[in-house]
Amino acid sequence: MAFVQQSSPHAHNARPTSRVMLWVIIAALPGLLAQTLFFGWGNLINVVWCIALALACEGAFLRLRGKPVVFFLKDNTAAVTGLLLGLSLPQFAPWWVSGIAVISAIIMAKQLYGGLGANPFNPAMVGYALVLVSFPVAMTTNWAEAAGLFGGAPGFGETLGRIFSASQTSIDGWTMATPLDEYKHKVANHTAVEILNHPTFGDWVARGWEWVNLAFLAGGLLLIGLRIITWHIPVAMLAGLTIMSLAFGNNPDQYASVQLQLLAGGTMLGAFFIATDPVSAATSHQGKLIYGAGIGILIYVIRAWGNYPDAVAFSVLLMNFAVPFIDYYTPPRTYGHHKARRGVPGRNGG
Amino acid sequence: MTQLWDFSGGIHPPENKHQSTSRPIREASIPDILVLPLQQHIGEPAEVVVNVGDRVLKGQKIADVTTGMGVPVHASTSGTIEAIEQRPVPHPSGMADWCVVLKPDGKDQWCDLEPLPDYQQLEREQILEKVRDAGISGMGGAGFPTDIKLRPPRDRKVDTLILNGAECEPYITADDMTMRERADELVAGLKIMAWILRPTRCVIAIEDNKPEAIAAVKTAAAEGTHIEVIAIPTKYPSGGEKQLIEILTGMEVPSGGIPADIGVMCQNIGTAVAVARAVLEGKPLISRVVTVTGEAVQEPGTFDALIGTPVQHLLQLAGLQAGKLNRLIQGGPMMGFTLTTDAVPVTKTSNCVIAATGSELPAPPPEQPCIRCGQCAEVCPMELLPQQLFWHAKAAEFEKAEHLNLFDCIECGACSYVCPSSIPLVQYYRFAKGEIRHQQAEQLKADRARERFEARQARLEREQQEKEQRRKERARAAAEAQEKKKAEAQKAADKGEAVDERSAKAALVQQALERKKAKTAQKTGQSDSTAPESVDKPDIEALEKQLTQAEGKLATMEGMLEEARAQQADNVDKLERAVAKNHDRVKRAKETLEKAREQHSNETTTG
Ligand code: SF4
Ligand code: SF4
Repeated sequence: MAFVQQSSPHAHNARPTSRVMLWVIIAALPGLLAQTLFFGWGNLINVVWCIALALACEGAFLRLRGKPVVFFLKDNTAAVTGLLLGLSLPQFAPWWVSGIAVISAIIMAKQLYGGLGANPFNPAMVGYALVLVSFPVAMTTNWAEAAGLFGGAPGFGETLGRIFSASQTSIDGWTMATPLDEYKHKVANHTAVEILNHPTFGDWVARGWEWVNLAFLAGGLLLIGLRIITWHIPVAMLAGLTIMSLAFGNNPDQYASVQLQLLAGGTMLGAFFIATDPVSAATSHQGKLIYGAGIGILIYVIRAWGNYPDAVAFSVLLMNFAVPFIDYYTPPRTYGHHKARRGVPGRNGG
Repeated sequence: MTQLWDFSGGIHPPENKHQSTSRPIREASIPDILVLPLQQHIGEPAEVVVNVGDRVLKGQKIADVTTGMGVPVHASTSGTIEAIEQRPVPHPSGMADWCVVLKPDGKDQWCDLEPLPDYQQLEREQILEKVRDAGISGMGGAGFPTDIKLRPPRDRKVDTLILNGAECEPYITADDMTMRERADELVAGLKIMAWILRPTRCVIAIEDNKPEAIAAVKTAAAEGTHIEVIAIPTKYPSGGEKQLIEILTGMEVPSGGIPADIGVMCQNIGTAVAVARAVLEGKPLISRVVTVTGEAVQEPGTFDALIGTPVQHLLQLAGLQAGKLNRLIQGGPMMGFTLTTDAVPVTKTSNCVIAATGSELPAPPPEQPCIRCGQCAEVCPMELLPQQLFWHAKAAEFEKAEHLNLFDCIECGACSYVCPSSIPLVQYYRFAKGEIRHQQAEQLKADRARERFEARQARLEREQQEKEQRRKERARAAAEAQEKKKAEAQKAADKGEAVDERSAKAALVQQALERKKAKTAQKTGQSDSTAPESVDKPDIEALEKQLTQAEGKLATMEGMLEEARAQQADNVDKLERAVAKNHDRVKRAKETLEKAREQHSNETTTG
């Protein structure tokens, strides 16, 4: 009789990577919905375009590398990379800007490093940072005004035309700088009260942005509840950012306030969806805390004293660099051992 | 309420236990043939003490271990010894091993039994001997001889004796049913073990998903005992020895150590019952409770089966639907291994057989790359970094894997269970551990070979020098003789006498003999007391035999040590000491032999 021969364990729970990634996509939907409600169709179009291009790129490259195309496409990781780019790029970013971001994310940052699991840097953030550095104007002037989908923002066709047309002038009236950008540029010769009177900031924190961030926060909590991510990175990152902001930026006439830091810009998206990308993050709990806190601190530093209005991408990439180092020095203490074995074999062992 | 601790990680796989607990323990009928493996325990295989064709009685000893660690094997029923041959035994590799094949005569006739009901009046040593004689070895997993386990190292006092009724693995219900139906016996067994060890605390720990077992054991342990019956939260692998100890005491077994190092000992439920039967009824271990379950059997349940019963027979009793059977597992779905054939017998360590259908335990999806999601580290009860271990194991960076405490992995399978990329992590760890052990063995061999080579080189050099010395002496003697001869010849010539060449030669021989005698005398004075007799006429053959024996013993001890390490058995350090001792013995034997050889060569060259 021929029985199946298999090494233990014989039982597995059924939550494959593809399902994990699918949950990430689902958890991001409230945020996308909020973006669409407040900023129009731009994000949605970007998301669809980026996902399609990401899948095409990944498929083409897998074929080139002689890997099973469908098997890997089904893991949904390329789709998540596309999704994250679509969510973070400016609403009216021209198609070629987002295209370059996606292509460099998938090919340069992921496939050239060996594909899924082997990339030291967060692919979406590599793509984002690349276009931000290369096309600073396109990346800062194409943000939609928070007019609201029902408040007279450009319609679907108009947005589509704007994104995919060569000319960039047609709906200039609907774009504006992001609140963080606005604050940064005006704080030098305005008081906080004057700046906050500007319609960008709305009645509460930053018109539209606050709701988008809260929606991403909700999605993130869902991911934690489903045990798809652990709390360590988001909590450490938000804590790092908050503490920095309270310690250095207490004066609103000089720096954006804590509320703005947390609820404007890509903070929540970054904390729950981007920094938690497992492949490029630290491994142990302690390591994750350090990694997350590092991102939070860097975000503040770049926002407050750097040249760029938002800083999630750069901070995440910088901390990606530090991951091997963090991992070496933060292994957990194994059962039955007095101390964790830090470092590399032959050094500090014990 | 006793304080309990939690261990980190752990998972909650579907339990699948109710299928086999709905019926009471059934007595399995005597099969047509019983296959009794000679090695069902860790240690030396037992040596057969009966002959083919002998009639044996139920409970009669048919094989025993005379030298080294191990326990005897008994006939599970009365009948005739039909063969002593290699048969497939339950082992992950699907290997065959020596077995006694017994043809039952259907009379099931007991041999004379010698119970020791008043054990408290006896010496502990007598009870331990009884336990050994009854063939009892750990019935939970590894099969470590119970009498040896009950003799912890002298400097380790056992304060807490734990009876492990957690039975955390899905499907397995043998201990659960034993606790429900044989609570009195297991409490009696625990009392005997407690009498031997005199611990301050006696605990029976049961996962809280077994309320019936908890109630039954509580009732049995109620009167006049200090036994604590503790319900522990259900979480796999709470029944792992190290995890259970942490839950109950908050202490951790030091890495590489044994529970006795922190004053704790764990015993298995089945083992306790076997001890009670051995001491109070005089019955050896000839049967055990086995769960037979899985969707391919119609009437899953637990059976009290004779040791040696072919698994096939049990499957039939449980109503096997052969067409549905896809995977046959001995043990649980987390740590068990697949059987290649259902002809293998039930042994002292078989607790469960799962006849699974293809849909019940489907083959895992193809392996995907690790996405470093950390799920595996979240569930690892040993607080390892499974993904890093996997990475290093895959890249064959064994040193790094070892640095990350690869050898602390208990192969519980929790990490593989949750891995979203369905990476067979445990398989990688086994591979890495095997490779490292192999490398270590090779290293050891190489070291020894080098030692041997160097010793030989030194010896040859010495011999060469001595030869040279002798040659010089001879030359001098010859020259002297020549001189003498010349002088004598001169004298003779002077005297006009012929030279008797032969007498001169005789003188030379005489001289040589004298030299040798003097040397031997000197040697006798020098040589140490280990082999005074062998000096005059060293019996090289006997010494060589001694050496091979010692080497053989060392090899077996090393084998045992490796196995014990692999099984995470708690006798590792004891074995380590034994290996070291044997190593010394071999070295001594080698030295003696060398000395003898030297002498021998002296004799032959000088003589
Ligand atoms: S669970 Fe699997 S995929 Fe996730 S980190 Fe562990 S090994 Fe990698
Ligand atoms: S098999 Fe080893 S590494 Fe995996 S969870 Fe169990 S102890 Fe941890």
